[in-house]
Amino acid sequence: MNQLQNFTKGFVRENPILMLVLGCCPTLATTTSAVNGLGMGIATAFVLVGSNTVVAMLANLIPDKVRIPSFIIIIASFVTVVDLLMKAYVPDLYETLGIFIPLIVVNCIVLGRAEAFASKNTVLSSAIDGLGMGLGFTMALGILGAFREILGSGSVFNYRFIQGDGILVFILAPGAFIALGYFIALVNRVKNK
Amino acid sequence: MAKTESTFKNMVISLTLISLVASACLGFVYEMTREPIELANLNKKLSAIRQVVPEFTNNPNDEMYMLPTGDGDSLEIYPAKSGNEIVGYAVNTNTSTGFSGNISLMAGFKPDGTIINITVLEQKETPGLGTKMAEPAFKDQFKDKNPGNFILKVKNDGGPVDAITAATISSRAFCHAVQRAYNALQKGGEK
Amino acid sequence: MEYILIIISAVFVNNIVLAQFLGICPFLGVSNKINTAVGMSGAVTFVIVLATIVTYLIQVFILDKLGIGFMQTITFILIIAALVQMVEIILKKISQPLYQALGIFLPLITTNCAVLGVAILVIRKNYNLLEGVVYSAATAVGFGLALVILAGIREQYDLLDIPKGMKGVPISLVTAGILALAFMGFTGIVK
Repeated sequence: MNQLQNFTKGFVRENPILMLVLGCCPTLATTTSAVNGLGMGIATAFVLVGSNTVVAMLANLIPDKVRIPSFIIIIASFVTVVDLLMKAYVPDLYETLGIFIPLIVVNCIVLGRAEAFASKNTVLSSAIDGLGMGLGFTMALGILGAFREILGSGSVFNYRFIQGDGILVFILAPGAFIALGYFIALVNRVKNK
Repeated sequence: MAKTESTFKNMVISLTLISLVASACLGFVYEMTREPIELANLNKKLSAIRQVVPEFTNNPNDEMYMLPTGDGDSLEIYPAKSGNEIVGYAVNTNTSTGFSGNISLMAGFKPDGTIINITVLEQKETPGLGTKMAEPAFKDQFKDKNPGNFILKVKNDGGPVDAITAATISSRAFCHAVQRAYNALQKGGEK
Repeated sequence: MEYILIIISAVFVNNIVLAQFLGICPFLGVSNKINTAVGMSGAVTFVIVLATIVTYLIQVFILDKLGIGFMQTITFILIIAALVQMVEIILKKISQPLYQALGIFLPLITTNCAVLGVAILVIRKNYNLLEGVVYSAATAVGFGLALVILAGIREQYDLLDIPKGMKGVPISLVTAGILALAFMGFTGIVK
């Protein structure tokens, strides 16, 4: 597999949300608008690239039995860095995403990639893998966020195109479940064609 | 490079090293971001104050003081001064009577108690219904009103305030928060 | 009274799965059968309450004392991971039946964001220890309730003719959405 394939596999074929249904919590919770979804996706992508790179560098130095705890420490460190940086430079977005920033640490995608890919591959391919997966995640979040924002508030990227209210339920909790359900069903259908 | 063996010594050493390096990095980032974080918080507060009182030349944050509301708690009062003259007060007020959780407002008053403007700092009301309290259509009806003769109650409760459609509880809570700010500022906590 | 409010709010109004989106992975993963759903909820309740107590004490007596609150995430996740391991070992030693009932779910719980989420929420909501324990237990009950209801519905899927693309995760998500809609009826109970 060349690096290009390695990079693009996270977009559709192995997209963490749409194909593997990993990392659902932030997907549902933070996609009330396109901007929020993208913000969450980028934060996660940063952690993915960072942790994948460091894990790949240290993979041979870490004894097998303490592999998972070591990975968790590395991931938690990157999450804390993102947490502090966002608090300092994008405080509004930080407040909207709230508890889901520290919770990146338990996002199955991050630990999953560290364990399944980064611990067995070179630093370069791990970084690319992290970036590809992160972008795939960001893309899915952005699309879902835009979809819910369009239906729910009649705007996209905070640009209003209809007056009055949208279909409120799509911004509320039930809309998140339903929108993601149909999104995955659609992808399944296209894939099976 | 050979794979490190899983001996007890190796495990302890590698875990300790990783923890140490991680803590050191975090400490460094924390120090680096501490000032920007404080600045961001301060800016947020100042921009809220700026929205609700006339232009000021002092730093209201440095002259903040607390006044009791009469409900057993106190609110933060930010005096806005132009030169030596007080042009208004911004009151950081809140209420727990909202539909889902706390509502926190910054309310600006003239020295005689007339409301200048109100801005919503924090609320968790139902999106699309209670959240409309942040929109001008609702909150502008408080502008230039003096709670001394303008009763802070929605029409359902016999007051003059037009409640948000399908969000009477949120509207009531909004009035309640403004009333608390007025009580603290004008009556020094007496009911 | 306050504790009753916390309980109702955590179980129904702000249900951890259906309103706060925490713990979705096990929610979708182990809701095929009512039996496994009940087992999972039991294990989660146990770990959430235990984790809340330990992380609360660590936050108050170590992180706050030393002024290193920014180490919260990294400390909490390590404590939870260690705690889960410990519970597993202890259960295996003292109660074989209980271990067999809950054992297989325990490794999955470390990455259940509900556990870390509740631990952090208790700190952010400024609860005291007792409130924290009540809140975490009620949240776990809410998790179990949502899980068991969904499992009950999913058991019926075998009898239905579901379109191919909707099978599996998508139909479960849509069902969960309708459940969430039903739970929204509870908002406003707690004022």
